[in-house]
Amino acid sequence: MPTLGPSPGPTPGEFQPRDRAWHPPALTPAYKTSITRSPARPLLSLAQSPSEITGPVFGPADLEPLDHDLIRNYAMKFSGGGEPIGERIIVHGRVSDGNGRPLAGALIEIWQANAGGRYRHVSDTYRAAIDPNFGGCGRALTDADGGYMFHTIKPGAYPWPNSDTSWRPPHIHFSLFGAAFCQRLVTQMYFEGDPLIALCPIVNAIPDPEAVARLVAPLDMSAAMPFDSLAYRFDIVLRGRRSTLFENRLEGN
Amino acid sequence: MVQNQTCRKETPSQTAGPYLHIGLAPGAAGFEMFARELGRVIAGPRCEGERIGVEGRVLDGAGAPVTDVLIEVWQADALGRYNRPEDEGGAPLEPDFTGFGRVVPDFATGVFSFETVKPGPVVGPGGESQAPHLNLWLVARGINLGLNTRMYFADEAEANAADPVLGRIESAARRRTLIAGRDNTGSLPVYRFDIHLQGATETVFLDI
Repeated sequence: MPTLGPSPGPTPGEFQPRDRAWHPPALTPAYKTSITRSPARPLLSLAQSPSEITGPVFGPADLEPLDHDLIRNYAMKFSGGGEPIGERIIVHGRVSDGNGRPLAGALIEIWQANAGGRYRHVSDTYRAAIDPNFGGCGRALTDADGGYMFHTIKPGAYPWPNSDTSWRPPHIHFSLFGAAFCQRLVTQMYFEGDPLIALCPIVNAIPDPEAVARLVAPLDMSAAMPFDSLAYRFDIVLRGRRSTLFENRLEGN
Repeated sequence: MVQNQTCRKETPSQTAGPYLHIGLAPGAAGFEMFARELGRVIAGPRCEGERIGVEGRVLDGAGAPVTDVLIEVWQADALGRYNRPEDEGGAPLEPDFTGFGRVVPDFATGVFSFETVKPGPVVGPGGESQAPHLNLWLVARGINLGLNTRMYFADEAEANAADPVLGRIESAARRRTLIAGRDNTGSLPVYRFDIHLQGATETVFLDI
């Protein structure tokens, strides 16, 4: 896809509508929890106002130096700096908007299970062990080209109570802030070559296989760290502005 | 064949799942990972405006509280300005105001509560005034794509009657799902706002 150069920054302007047929619908019965948690009535459409086209903006002062390094960020604080167990990986990519512009300064927050498939969470009771050196959360701001990088451990698969054969494919949860509250997005990244992806009711909530493919990060040997870590590349697209109209208006028309 | 579209599709959404707290509110997951967790303070004590509490529950279609929900709040300050450079309208914003909050309910009861200042009216899409409101975004296990809604204030009847969004909801009963009642019995006024994901009293959700 063409790159149009750096984003023009936080200029006000309306956003392209969200293509709701591309996203998973609210009700996806094979994912049982959605049955009672899915609104049944049509959503109310509205014209965007500052309530939708502004949103919180975060900066380097909001983050800590090791936030992007899940291999060290928990251990350095809580366990004396030991190494977590598991396959060391880089996850990196680029955040851009629907117009192909890189999004600089976008806040990415990730969370994940450890190598055994266990989350460090008071509510997770899976029998796989907690890793004393792994927390499982990280944060990063994209650079001027929309780029980001995390250093982490490849998460494990784990069973979940949707059915007695339901296993989540290894995945990393991603939360993204663009410049506007209406760009807010939460998603999950999967790993190339994993046979559990095709079996997962949460993945299969997405109707279009092409959309599913957008969540599967390919192995990226060009970004691997020799004798240290493999790498996967995950590019992310947030909604873009209807920028042309606004730029005309900016000229005073 | 036609030209390639330059507009690229958004990355598809997936549920935030039951362990979203690890990434978005690790304190609630059981560990204080960050010295400054984002969204803990919407409006600090020095902010102008009326201090209020908001309390409620998110309920599923069976009437059960959604205890693993996370609600994000985005609101204007008491003068109706969002915490953004392009929305300062001349006067500088208060340093103690972020306008952004993350709210997690009690895992046992599902009751959430937070403190903020009551926002002022904000400008609407056509330059008209919108009634004071909080913008809310909900994610949880079982929610495939984050849900947007708004909370309006029952004591703003006149502004609510003229609000362009409320005005688009034909049914008065549906409109009421976005309006929080005010309780003046405590030291702090508290607005009570339950969000119903489904059922006869389903909250109006927005396609923003």
